[in-house]
Amino acid sequence: MLIKLSGGKVYDPAHQVDGKVMDIYIRDGRIVSRPRDDETIDQTFNLSGKVVMAGAIDMHTHIGGGKVNIARMMLPEDHRADPSQHSALCRSGCGHAAPSTFTTGYRYAEMGYTAAFEPALSPVNARQSHLEMGDTPIIDKGGYAMIGSDDYFLRMLAAKKDQNAINDYVAWIMHASQAIGIKVVNPGGISAFKFNQRALDLDEQNSHYQVTPREVLKALSRAVHELGVPHPLHVHGNNLGVPGNMETTLKTMGASEGYPLHLTHIQFHSYGTEGDRKFSSGAAQIAEAINKNKHISADVGQILFNQTVTASGDNMHQFANSTLGSPRKSVIMDIECDSGCGVVPFKYKDQNFVNALQWAIGLEIFLLTDDPWRVFLTTDHPNGAPFTSYPHLIKLLMDKTFRNDMFAKLNLDAQAMSTLTSLDREYSLYDIAIMTRAGAAKLVGLHDRGHLGIGAGADITVYTDNPDREKMFEKPDYVFKDGELVVKDGQVVKVTWGHTHTVKPEFDRGIEKDIKKYFDSYHTMNMENFKVSSEEIAEGGRGGVVVQACEGRREKSL
Amino acid sequence: MANFSASTFEAVTCPACGLLCDDVRIERDTTSLLKVSDKGCAKCVTFFERAIQTSSPSVGGKTVSLTEAVSKAAEILRGTNQPLFAGLGTEVHGMRSVLSLADKVGATLDHMNAYSNFRNTLVVQNSGWQVTTLTEVRNRVDLLLVIGTDIVSHNPRFFERNIWNKESMFDQDTSAREVVYLGGQNTDTSAGISPKGIKPTVLPCDLERLPEVVAALRAIISGKSLIASEIAGIKTSDLESLSERLKAAKYSVVTWVSSDLNIAHAELTIQNITELVIKLNAKTRSSGLPLGGSEGDYSVNQTSTWTSGYAVRSRFARKHPEYDPHHFSAEQLLANGEADALLWVSEFNPDKTPPKVNIPKIVIGHANMQANDADVFIPVSTAGIDHAGTIFRIDSSVSLPLAKLRESRLPSLVEVIAAIEAGL
Repeated sequence: MLIKLSGGKVYDPAHQVDGKVMDIYIRDGRIVSRPRDDETIDQTFNLSGKVVMAGAIDMHTHIGGGKVNIARMMLPEDHRADPSQHSALCRSGCGHAAPSTFTTGYRYAEMGYTAAFEPALSPVNARQSHLEMGDTPIIDKGGYAMIGSDDYFLRMLAAKKDQNAINDYVAWIMHASQAIGIKVVNPGGISAFKFNQRALDLDEQNSHYQVTPREVLKALSRAVHELGVPHPLHVHGNNLGVPGNMETTLKTMGASEGYPLHLTHIQFHSYGTEGDRKFSSGAAQIAEAINKNKHISADVGQILFNQTVTASGDNMHQFANSTLGSPRKSVIMDIECDSGCGVVPFKYKDQNFVNALQWAIGLEIFLLTDDPWRVFLTTDHPNGAPFTSYPHLIKLLMDKTFRNDMFAKLNLDAQAMSTLTSLDREYSLYDIAIMTRAGAAKLVGLHDRGHLGIGAGADITVYTDNPDREKMFEKPDYVFKDGELVVKDGQVVKVTWGHTHTVKPEFDRGIEKDIKKYFDSYHTMNMENFKVSSEEIAEGGRGGVVVQACEGRREKSL
Repeated sequence: MANFSASTFEAVTCPACGLLCDDVRIERDTTSLLKVSDKGCAKCVTFFERAIQTSSPSVGGKTVSLTEAVSKAAEILRGTNQPLFAGLGTEVHGMRSVLSLADKVGATLDHMNAYSNFRNTLVVQNSGWQVTTLTEVRNRVDLLLVIGTDIVSHNPRFFERNIWNKESMFDQDTSAREVVYLGGQNTDTSAGISPKGIKPTVLPCDLERLPEVVAALRAIISGKSLIASEIAGIKTSDLESLSERLKAAKYSVVTWVSSDLNIAHAELTIQNITELVIKLNAKTRSSGLPLGGSEGDYSVNQTSTWTSGYAVRSRFARKHPEYDPHHFSAEQLLANGEADALLWVSEFNPDKTPPKVNIPKIVIGHANMQANDADVFIPVSTAGIDHAGTIFRIDSSVSLPLAKLRESRLPSLVEVIAAIEAGL
């Protein structure tokens, strides 16, 4: 099957293509070079005047795993307002803040997204994450294994084990949990909460292990780098949501001593303490630091006004925030001496001072950071807003008038604390294609996705160039997944199973002897059962595991 | 029975209760019979050591081929408006299939344990809770408060694996752990005796009065002083002392089994338990721990929740999922004549048989099940014995693979449901 996408305006930042009219050819799920004249083209799509990009990639979205399912179970009232009907093609389900898995897959695809990554896959809960992502159709997916508060790792740090041993453990975790990245949430803090510590700053010690978050960050960022894992250590910092946490965030940028760090949902970590209410925007300082520190990348975690639910591994701060929830309920868990979770429903309101300023802070960060290859478009779904609000967010970035109109409706005290209206920048289609395609693929380490070069997986989205960018991005004309037309006019027309992307860094398997002994002594599960097999992920004809290339050991420590 | 090679399986996962012990050793003989040779409890032995019966599919009590039985089941479902899928004793992959079929035919779903599980679910949906998992308990608990249950009738190895374990991560003297039983009469508290012979504190009361006692304990922990000097036979001073010990504990765990709380509005008592835990967390650490679990109930709820947004009880009659833990009770729907066909599933347990009904009845059950009165009976293989599967533990955070230990001539639930769906 040879398909020609004819005459679209192509935005492919991985190849510096900025709105050039060109043809794209697809064969057997891949983008191929222009065929010989005697080859038969089976199907042609005339895309004259249309905008063509690679399928979008959400590099941080909570779509599968224990806390997401708790959020679903907790919120029948939210689901009732957004039922999703069974059709000849699609399974029924529900949407909004914590959508059901099938609905998640359809809605991502209908928005032109072809991949999404669960950023908080707790290794002990990895099987559940993969089961849920396995029931999420069409899109590709993957997860970042969350460590840094796990007893085994903290013991290693406390015992001053050498970096090679830590690297082996990190690699073992990635294999066992079928992950493509490593994430750390409130480094050492989830563990500290279990020892009744209620806050943990960057240089404060976990009372049991006598280890600081700085040490955790340094060991893990170095491990990820030395293992050759493309995605830098994914960091949810220490003082989420705490006024004044911008100082911690700025210090965190230096904590890895130059090893790459990705600071996630940085909006929630960019707060100052100025003003009458001791809550202010730290966006300018944070953006300046991102611009200066080339080893740092970030996603924003924009909030948008509506009901949503926050779900995080950070049980320490979610416990502290639980009284602010709306509706007032929360689930807080300690999990297996490995991790934790906290789920708190939240309703962001534009007339609430704090929420309005959070909204402005997120946008300020977007507009003040120079390099779209290092800043990513997220709402930290569902924490800041459901992923279905991305088209609205894109419009806020691309349309200054619209943005200022929205700003004028905010809580007046918050308006007085923000410089947003002085920022004239409008994102271009090329910038959006970087943030949501080329940059995201590069950051996650998807070598054959996020671009339209020869050999890439044919994940392609086609839009009508509408000056109302929200309308444009919420309903693509066509979405191709691995070369198959899956969405037409914003509706699913074919349901496929996406792949699960992983990396499999090399490591010394000798470490397993000690891990096995540890499991037998302390755990309630056998070590072999901790591992998720590739067969489990591919069960029932689902898309299997894809192993993305690791760059190989970088400067192995001696 | 054909001859197979004998074999030994180490580290087998046992789905007989919600603990999912995965340290069980099983021997298989040349006739495919299984024997638990290490770490088995009574429930585990019952599950793995059942005799192998040669049951066949039947329609109207007459033996038929699998194809005929499947085609009859599809015919029944094609002709229904309000089918009811109940029992639902299965694991994740079985439930995935059940949900797919339910979506197609607009069925209502109810698990045989939903009557007690929703006592917990309602608390999560109303106020949430603060809970922990088994490995945390094993390594951290210093005070275990057991409310309204003996635990071991449901989870026989709970104390052995999680309380009286010798080694723990933080070098705790586990034999010094304190155990308190609150509520119930004549509860078997022997499992709570420490390895050094220290007896647990037992504060008994009639189950019907447990709500008062738990409410009083919550009030005391919240700093309220009570006028009454005793509640349901328990001295207020004993509750005050318990409150002090909970506040002094570094990591107390408060546990209950929802199916033992057969009292009106048990969810309100569970909520008082979980709210007193939250109160304790203002100063120290404490966690709830719901126990029990059987017949794949947690797997069914988890799978249903990610697939549809809702735990069972739910229904698909209006082409989208709806949730109502009260109205979609199988018992009630059957009593009110609101279902026009019943599909009953129980792959783990032959004794969990369907209710007597006067509507068409399809039973997909354990090979040893007696279901002569069913319109269609299809015996299936069992996950964890005859085929692989995935199952959730009682703490919901851990799911484990179930192993295939022998060949079976029977189809799996997944295969049967897929065939019925194809025949619709």
